[in-house]
Amino acid sequence: MKHTKTQKIRTPKEIEQIFNILRVFIAIAIALLFAFVVILLVSEDPVSAISSFVFGPFTTVRRFGEIISKMIPLLFTGAAVCFIFSANQTNMAVEGGFTVGALGATIVAVYLHISNSILHIGLACLLGGVFGMLACLVPAFMYIRFNSKPIVSSLMVNYVCMYIAVGLINHGMRDNTAGYNASKTFDESAQLPILLKGTPIHFGLILGVIVIVFSYYYIYKSKNGYEIRVVGKNSGFATYCGMPVNSVILKSQLIGGFIAGIGGAVEVLGMYTRFQYAGNTGLGFDGIMVGIMSGYNPRLVPLAAFFYAYVKEGAAILARSSDIPVELVSIIQAIIIMLVVAERFLYKQKHKMMVKAAEMQLAAQENEAKEAEAV
Amino acid sequence: MNKIMEAIFSASFLYSVVRISTPLMFGAMGALICKQGGVLHIAFEACMLFAAFFGVAASAFTQSVLLGVLAGMLGGILIMLLLGYFTLKLNADVVLTGIALNTLASGGTVFLMYLLCGEKGTSNLLPSLVCPSVNIPIIQDIPVLGQVLSGHNILTYVAFVLPIFVYLLIFKTPLGLRIRTVGENANAAASVGINVTKTKFITLVIGGAVTSLGGIFMSMGYLSWFARDMVAGRGFMAIAAQNLGNASVLPTFITAAAFGLANALAVTLQTMSLPAEIFQALPYAVTLIGLACYSSSVHKAKKHPAKKASKEEKI
Repeated sequence: MKHTKTQKIRTPKEIEQIFNILRVFIAIAIALLFAFVVILLVSEDPVSAISSFVFGPFTTVRRFGEIISKMIPLLFTGAAVCFIFSANQTNMAVEGGFTVGALGATIVAVYLHISNSILHIGLACLLGGVFGMLACLVPAFMYIRFNSKPIVSSLMVNYVCMYIAVGLINHGMRDNTAGYNASKTFDESAQLPILLKGTPIHFGLILGVIVIVFSYYYIYKSKNGYEIRVVGKNSGFATYCGMPVNSVILKSQLIGGFIAGIGGAVEVLGMYTRFQYAGNTGLGFDGIMVGIMSGYNPRLVPLAAFFYAYVKEGAAILARSSDIPVELVSIIQAIIIMLVVAERFLYKQKHKMMVKAAEMQLAAQENEAKEAEAV
Repeated sequence: MNKIMEAIFSASFLYSVVRISTPLMFGAMGALICKQGGVLHIAFEACMLFAAFFGVAASAFTQSVLLGVLAGMLGGILIMLLLGYFTLKLNADVVLTGIALNTLASGGTVFLMYLLCGEKGTSNLLPSLVCPSVNIPIIQDIPVLGQVLSGHNILTYVAFVLPIFVYLLIFKTPLGLRIRTVGENANAAASVGINVTKTKFITLVIGGAVTSLGGIFMSMGYLSWFARDMVAGRGFMAIAAQNLGNASVLPTFITAAAFGLANALAVTLQTMSLPAEIFQALPYAVTLIGLACYSSSVHKAKKHPAKKASKEEKI
């Protein structure tokens, strides 16, 4: 039999998956290429600029530690975005939730004096999480109760959260001896321990991994998570199946907000000794980008977060050593998002591949029929 | 308290309401046009930011206000065309593309500003120009009214006359009819031979031109320089104003003015000895409450089966 080693024919679903991944990689390649072109045009010494951008982050342990520490908050916001966007809600209150989460942790870390470190950190994260949950609750509630779309409302919530946090820190919680607008220093027992000496990698990394694992099992392996995904894919179908659509949406937003709030708490307790943000951090929006790149699958969030942290660190090194501002990252970020979400990008290639697969399948079927006749 | 009342009930406060409403007015009208054409998106923020930056940069290099305004408008339209290409041609999600464009504008303008003048905060070093202010001949002599209405930037007058032109364009011209048809039901429009994609692009360009005037006002009228993220959510407020005004001209005009009032209150009360953050948060909180009230009224109306809208919208 010469047809035993028939080539494996890909189903349309497999091709779809391949192209989803391919699109992310090509988007990254195009964005980086664009960055190189910009560096070529702007920099006086483009070769060393590009090499410090690409290889710089890996040259010292300290810099590699920077990547990991930049990745930690993205693990949290990325996971939060997976929950929220899986339910097809464009709730961007992750950004504000992160900020008020940091505020909540600050309140516990400064004003509650608990000598037990685990309890102190746990309480700080809990209050941060609750604050973050409240931030995401507002747009979710407005959607469920009044049917107002979460896009504009969540953006407004972000501004309100920012002014609440900054206002409370500047009036009432301000440490007048600091010399700038910041809270009093956190208690020693509330600060997250450093994991690796000589780097800023702190205990938050372990918490982040726990959150990622939890998110993956919740969204992809539990009944509740399945409901969230069905509601996100087709809420009409979910209603028809008898799923409580509104409460599923609410649940996904609240869990997402809680994770975002913990992220804010972990970030301030791990990286700083006092609350010193003057505005929103942008880490929530970075989380949206990480979520989009990972296709809202928590399993891929660490990869996307690492890549994004690497680009950020590379750009930071570049900004220190040359005349190219850090904002290059935003441009890279925008290009990647736009190409990843563009459904028709690479459509022709996908179409060709599908046609080819279909032709191969037809041919295989004909062969089989012929063989059957011959027998 | 008396001091607050005094500050609010004065001609200079009303003057500042008119002034501060200007960018919101442009943005809301741009959003209205896009909504009517079925291409509502969230990149108005990016559009205004690009317009503000390119206006400043071009006016500094050409030393011509007119060229500055034109370059600003081109910058704003560029954002809209990018959005149109990705959402209409490449079938990208309109919200996520909007987020990306807002990020692009926020970072891109700072990037370009740093390359041009070596500063990341403001473009003070660029010798940019501002649009002229105008005194209205007869009205300026009337005691209170003159103080409120006269002496504004020329773009402010444009903003307050604009709703009439938008009304005429959208509701009284053949192009406006096409735009509304596409916005109402794209398939029906296509079935009678209207080029849907082309019409949507035209809508985006018109909306972009109108919106970018708001950005230009920010950097060439309200202030005389470009500052990073200077639009500060006005693009989103514009969408909310349009939402609350249900995409008709007069209600949108009134809502935009009301948001302007909240903004002006925030600016005035900040100078008092109260925590400024409360008042800075005010416009956003007002927008939130307004959205909730508006949506709840629509929600109730929709429970009536005959009024139930058939199409599901994302924004």
